[in-house]
Amino acid sequence: MRRVVITGQGTINALGRNVPETLAAMRDGRCGISDLEFQDVERLSIRIGAQIKGYEPEASFNRQQIALYDRFTQFTLLAAREAIGQSGLSFSGELATRSGVVLGTSGGGMNTLDENYRTVYEDGKNRVHPFVVPKLMNNAAASHVSMEWNLKGPSFTVATACASSNHAMGQAMQMIRGGMADVMITGGSEAMLCFGGIKAWEGLRVMSKDGCRPFSANRNGMVQGEGAAVFVFEDYDHARARGAEILAEVVGFSMTSDAADIVMPSKQGASRAIVGAMRDAGLNPEDVGYVNAHGTGTTANDKTECAAVADAFGHHADDLMISSTKSMHGHLIGGTGAVELLACIMALRDGVIAPTIGYEEPDPECALDVVPNVARDVKVEAALSNAFAFGGLNAVLALRAA
Amino acid sequence: MSDSIKDRVIAILAEQAMLEPGDISPEQSLEDLGIDSLGLVESIFAIEEAFDISVPFNANDPTEGDFDISSVDAIIRAVQGLVATQAA
Repeated sequence: MRRVVITGQGTINALGRNVPETLAAMRDGRCGISDLEFQDVERLSIRIGAQIKGYEPEASFNRQQIALYDRFTQFTLLAAREAIGQSGLSFSGELATRSGVVLGTSGGGMNTLDENYRTVYEDGKNRVHPFVVPKLMNNAAASHVSMEWNLKGPSFTVATACASSNHAMGQAMQMIRGGMADVMITGGSEAMLCFGGIKAWEGLRVMSKDGCRPFSANRNGMVQGEGAAVFVFEDYDHARARGAEILAEVVGFSMTSDAADIVMPSKQGASRAIVGAMRDAGLNPEDVGYVNAHGTGTTANDKTECAAVADAFGHHADDLMISSTKSMHGHLIGGTGAVELLACIMALRDGVIAPTIGYEEPDPECALDVVPNVARDVKVEAALSNAFAFGGLNAVLALRAA
Repeated sequence: MSDSIKDRVIAILAEQAMLEPGDISPEQSLEDLGIDSLGLVESIFAIEEAFDISVPFNANDPTEGDFDISSVDAIIRAVQGLVATQAA
């Protein structure tokens, strides 16, 4: 079985326009959540989110590109540019056919949908822009990445709500492991911060009006974010042969299904995914120093996740660190696992554990070391990244230091 | 008027619980009726639509908005209160 390593990473999210800015914000425990700004926001009861402020598409894309690229595609391309640039790879000939793209998103071109529904329903117009379909489709971002960098191997998009990115990265890893590809561009993106995107979530009554406080007894819901993170996954031998810098190794992946409830999480399903990822990676519980939690800040997720971690790790649950960086970058839904993988890589490479900010009151049902409010310098050898989606679909990745 | 609020709330809960309105008694809890968290959120939506009110309710903290959901009777009284204050 081939080994899989990460040789490039890129991002744009509310904490930063690239990886160094994002990691600096995580290290400082900075919050990217602020008042939402978009049309009709005054008709919402939830008005906060981790929105990328001051974003100007014109600074990065030309007129024709903007006509074709929804915001989620733009974010993806910006993150991919940083990641592929760092990897030093260029794709031609045999390598191009042995390289692909698998990305996660939940809503795809949600802003395009929202704007064009407004045009036909509210404004009463009878004509929409000809590119609405290629702009809004969920695979638009993956396809544009394949076109921009000449990636001609297996490419597709995964949509499993909040686990989309982890499922995507798990597939990318397995494709390289199994020999289907040598390089996979992977990660995820979400741009759901628009009137319709928030209005739909509002209805479920799980959103916080005032902030994201994972694991804190006074938490009152999730806060959405937007952005993308993209990684270059590469066959270990291929990366070694070309002398590439290895950021971390992707050593394990597991996915499970709760088969129980469309919104309520299950301890058993989550625990099985965590155990499965460790088993796939050949890691013992005590090898794992850090877990990037799903940690949405809802009552149900956080207590269920803590119970699942305790179940999966046994006694070692009290010795490991688990933090939710959603407290800073918000919940990027289909893109969230990708941005959170950045925190895992930072833990492994730099020995910096990103904190759970907004932590105010201990909750006896979340009695783990959640790295409250302040980042910590600790060297860890292996880390896990949890994602547990609505629909009971769980995906956990295991990383090891390079 | 208040009787009709009571009847309408019971009708909404009955539909959600797939019961006849006559089978619902005021002291029952939502759990007694077999209404789970999604069913509750859907019932609140139906109540908001039926009475044109806004119900302060966060599933993460059901006690936060003073909207008492401990029993059918509590919900009826909470809706009566909201209708009275939001009717203006």
